[in-house]
Amino acid sequence: MSEFEEPLKAELTVEYPFTRTTGKVIGAFMTGLREKRLFGIKRSDGSILVPPLEYDPVSSEPLTEMVEVSQSGVVETWTWVDPPRPQSPWDTPHALALIRLDGSDTSMLHAVIADSFSEMRTGMRVIAQWKEERIGHIADLEGFIPETKEVDS
Amino acid sequence: MTDPNLSPASLSEEIEIPESISGLEPVRSVRSPIKLIYDFVPSPPVQEYLRSYSKKKILGHRSPIDGAVFVPPRGVDPRHGALIEESVELSDKGHVGNFCVTNLPIPGRDDLDIPYVSAWIHLDGANVGFLGLVAGCENDEVHIGMRVQAVWKKEEELGNTAENILYWEPTGEPSVPVEKAGNRAWDQRNE
Repeated sequence: MSEFEEPLKAELTVEYPFTRTTGKVIGAFMTGLREKRLFGIKRSDGSILVPPLEYDPVSSEPLTEMVEVSQSGVVETWTWVDPPRPQSPWDTPHALALIRLDGSDTSMLHAVIADSFSEMRTGMRVIAQWKEERIGHIADLEGFIPETKEVDS
Repeated sequence: MTDPNLSPASLSEEIEIPESISGLEPVRSVRSPIKLIYDFVPSPPVQEYLRSYSKKKILGHRSPIDGAVFVPPRGVDPRHGALIEESVELSDKGHVGNFCVTNLPIPGRDDLDIPYVSAWIHLDGANVGFLGLVAGCENDEVHIGMRVQAVWKKEEELGNTAENILYWEPTGEPSVPVEKAGNRAWDQRNE
C-alpha cells in the first residue's frame, strides 16, 4: 500500500447503575461501617469470617451470629498501585492489601494508605481510617494506615 | 448439610445483630454502579462500511458460498466460516422485519423521545436486517413488512458513522407480505 489511512476509532462507554439489596448479614456489616465499626460472623467452630458471609463456605450451613472485631490488624500480603486507575476510589498511589483484623480468622481486601511502598511490609500492623461522611458502604472505610501513625478520625 | 429447598438464611433465619447497632436503621441496599470506557477500533470491513456512510452509501458483503448479502459487512460468512471479499452497495430502501415500541426511557439516551419505535430494517438486496429507528408516521401505523427509506442527516453533518441515518420513514409503497418480511424470507431468497 502506498498510503496508510488512520483507522477509525471511537470512545465507547458501557455503564450499569446497579443498586443491590444487601440482605440482613451484609446489611449489618454495612450498617457497622456507617457507625465506624467492623463486624464478622461466627462459624460453628468459633472462627470468625470478616467480611461476614451468609453461609459457611465449607458446610454451607446458615450463619447468624455477628460479632465485632478490632479496627487493627496485620497486612498478610499487598501490592503497590501507582498510578491508580481513573475510576479508582483512591486518587493517590496506595497499597491494596489483604488485612487480617485482630479477632478475625480471614483477611479482607482494602487499601493501605502509605506515603510510599517503602513503608509497606508484610506483617505490618495497620488501623482503620474512616471517612467523615459515611453512608453504609465499603468506601466509608477510607483504608488502613500504619498503626504507628496518628489516626485522623 | 443444609437442605437446598429451604429459604436462604438471610430471609428466614434471625440474625444476631450486635447491641451497638441493633437499634439503628439498617442498611438495606448499596449503590454499585459499574462503568467501562474503552476505545473501539472497527475491523477493516467495518471501517470501509463506516467511511461509506459519509458518502451516503450502505455497504454489504456477499457470501461466495451462496450469494447471501450481509449488512453490516463483517468479512466472513458466519454460517460457513468463509472469508468474504466482495462488497455490495445496497439501497437505502427496505422494509421492517420486526419492530418494538419502547415506552421507558433508557439512561443516557435523552435524545430519544418516548415512545419510539426501533426495528430490524431489511434493505433491498440484503438477506439480514440491521437495527434502526422508525419515525415519520404514527407509532401504531408501523407494521411488519412496511416499506421504509433512510432519512439522512444534512450533507454538511455527514460523518463516518451509521448515525448519518436519523431514522427510517415510510415510503408509501405496498407492504411486503408478512410471510416474506424479515428473516421469514430467508429460505425464499432465490425464488
